[in-house]
Amino acid sequence: MQALEWIARGVPHRETYAFLDNGAKKDVRRALLKAVAIPGYQVPYGSREMPLARGWGTGGIQITLSLLLPEDRVKVIDQGCDGSVNAVNIKKFYERVGGVAVTTDVSEATLVQTRHRIPEERMTDRQILVLQVPYPEALREVEPSEAATRRMHAEADYARMWLHLYEDIVRHGEIRISYRYPCTVNGRFIMDPSPIPRWDVPKLHMADTLFLFGAGRERRLYAVPPHTRVEPLEFDDHRFRVEDFSGKSCARCGATEVYLDEILQPDGSSLHFCSDTGHCDKRMS
Amino acid sequence: MSYVAVQGGRAAIERACDLNEYRRTGDASAPLELAQIREQLHLAVDRVMGEGGLYAPDHAALALRQAAGETHEAAFLLRAHRATLPRLGESLPATTTDMRVIRRISSAFKDVPGGQLLGPTSDYTLRLLELEPLEDQEHRRAVLRERLFRDLPAPETLPDTFPRVVELLRRQGLVEEIGVGDPAPFDITRHAMSFPAPRSARLQALARGETGGLLMMAYSSMRGYGHIHPTLAELRVGYVPLRHIHPRTGEELVSGEVLVTEAEVVSRFSDPEGRPRFHLGYGLCFGQNEIKAISMGVLDRTLRTNSPTCPAEDQEFVLYHTDGIESMGFSNHWKLPHYVDFLSDLDRLRKAQETHASA
Repeated sequence: MQALEWIARGVPHRETYAFLDNGAKKDVRRALLKAVAIPGYQVPYGSREMPLARGWGTGGIQITLSLLLPEDRVKVIDQGCDGSVNAVNIKKFYERVGGVAVTTDVSEATLVQTRHRIPEERMTDRQILVLQVPYPEALREVEPSEAATRRMHAEADYARMWLHLYEDIVRHGEIRISYRYPCTVNGRFIMDPSPIPRWDVPKLHMADTLFLFGAGRERRLYAVPPHTRVEPLEFDDHRFRVEDFSGKSCARCGATEVYLDEILQPDGSSLHFCSDTGHCDKRMS
Repeated sequence: MSYVAVQGGRAAIERACDLNEYRRTGDASAPLELAQIREQLHLAVDRVMGEGGLYAPDHAALALRQAAGETHEAAFLLRAHRATLPRLGESLPATTTDMRVIRRISSAFKDVPGGQLLGPTSDYTLRLLELEPLEDQEHRRAVLRERLFRDLPAPETLPDTFPRVVELLRRQGLVEEIGVGDPAPFDITRHAMSFPAPRSARLQALARGETGGLLMMAYSSMRGYGHIHPTLAELRVGYVPLRHIHPRTGEELVSGEVLVTEAEVVSRFSDPEGRPRFHLGYGLCFGQNEIKAISMGVLDRTLRTNSPTCPAEDQEFVLYHTDGIESMGFSNHWKLPHYVDFLSDLDRLRKAQETHASA
């Protein structure tokens, strides 16, 4: 269905197609073009208030809404799960304001919006992954001021970030950053990949898919275009490592080599299940 | 097997929304009417309009009812609604000189030209919980009206305009001339602020800041973490006409009036322009919200410090952290599941413990 047909079908009162007014969509799209042109660079934009609270994915939502077409098939996940409360809410919103179909199968989706995970199944060059971002600034860990971090990025002055990692190793024998692991994009900007686990970071590297990141509350957008280098910060003698699931598998579908959720049992033991529920379902069907 | 169902969250979510509505609509009491909220909880309405950034008393009352009186939530409803409205035009700059004043005081002078006009305020009430008249509010209202309106002297004609106290000080060269410095105002609803932010952006952010947040920051400066000991040159509450240019005829017209609170704060002098003068801080917000206007006046002053020495002087610190809608949204988002991240945290901790044990 084309947008015009959708409009002719009768738009809910007061709302334009996909909720955002045209001015807002133009703002977001322009910022996205800039973001794609400068991989890993945080583009400021005039983030609008959404009917979902700040911190609940409003940046990702604005990106998705600005891209949405009636013929899209959308998948929304939260912590890897299609049935998680916020994912359900956001999906309901897209169905209502965009008239789009939803799916839980990554390979069927044209647009996937996610919070804190990248699907296990490799995405293609016909798909876009939109990531919700709470903290767009990877350097916030070492510098609270936005004016200062912008200057650090401009000058590629990342010494304090490297020192931070080094001191972690010296003091704790480990880099303590678990998720939101800082990465260098295209050999230039250090980027916060959003709170995905380290497990998902390699999926950003030289991918076929366009990754768009939206931080609504902080009013920043950024992007990793397809076939772009995304390298987690590491030292020659202290390599980046993903979460260790050795010897564990999904108690439902038996999958190994996937990110697992740990579910505590009353007796103190724990079971593991696929974090990516769509992937788990697909293996079971 | 205690596995969380993959699907099926939708029904639970819908029930949670229903329960929220069920609790809000009450049980034995009569349903709340919007007029009751607008008139009798008018300060809450004012606060929500200011923080929501939309002057719409009826909508604010609706938002307050929908949010069961929670002002953060109500302001958020209003601001989200505002984001869906087309921008029809811009009003002409208003001056509070021709404000229809309902209250106007100056703490800088015993008397000021135009006089001190106390107006409606709780400042002089004894804060005793009024337990007795709880039962018969109608009777209470009748008695009050009787007292207020009986033997009322013939109305004095109030002056059309009250001279501004700061203007009088300015004429004597006692206060600094700040101005806005950026002739085309920055629009914080369309652009992300960068720092140092222009004054127009700072004032906009403060004007829709969360009352408690602004108060906390301003209080820290008044109390000790800063240097602002404000004198209220003037505090005004009243209605300002909303003027704009008619898009067809090109003529100026008045399309309504807006209740605002304005605070002009004078703080100790230095030599900003090579000559000792008082510093000024300006606060203006929707409705009657004196705490907010005064706090804003103080913060307008503190944020003009070139090298911050305390939180209230740091533009990023104040402006990023006093927006109620952003801060409450983010604080609430911690209720969302974070188990993927937490598992990653656990992985790091277990690894560090292994390293620790083997060391």
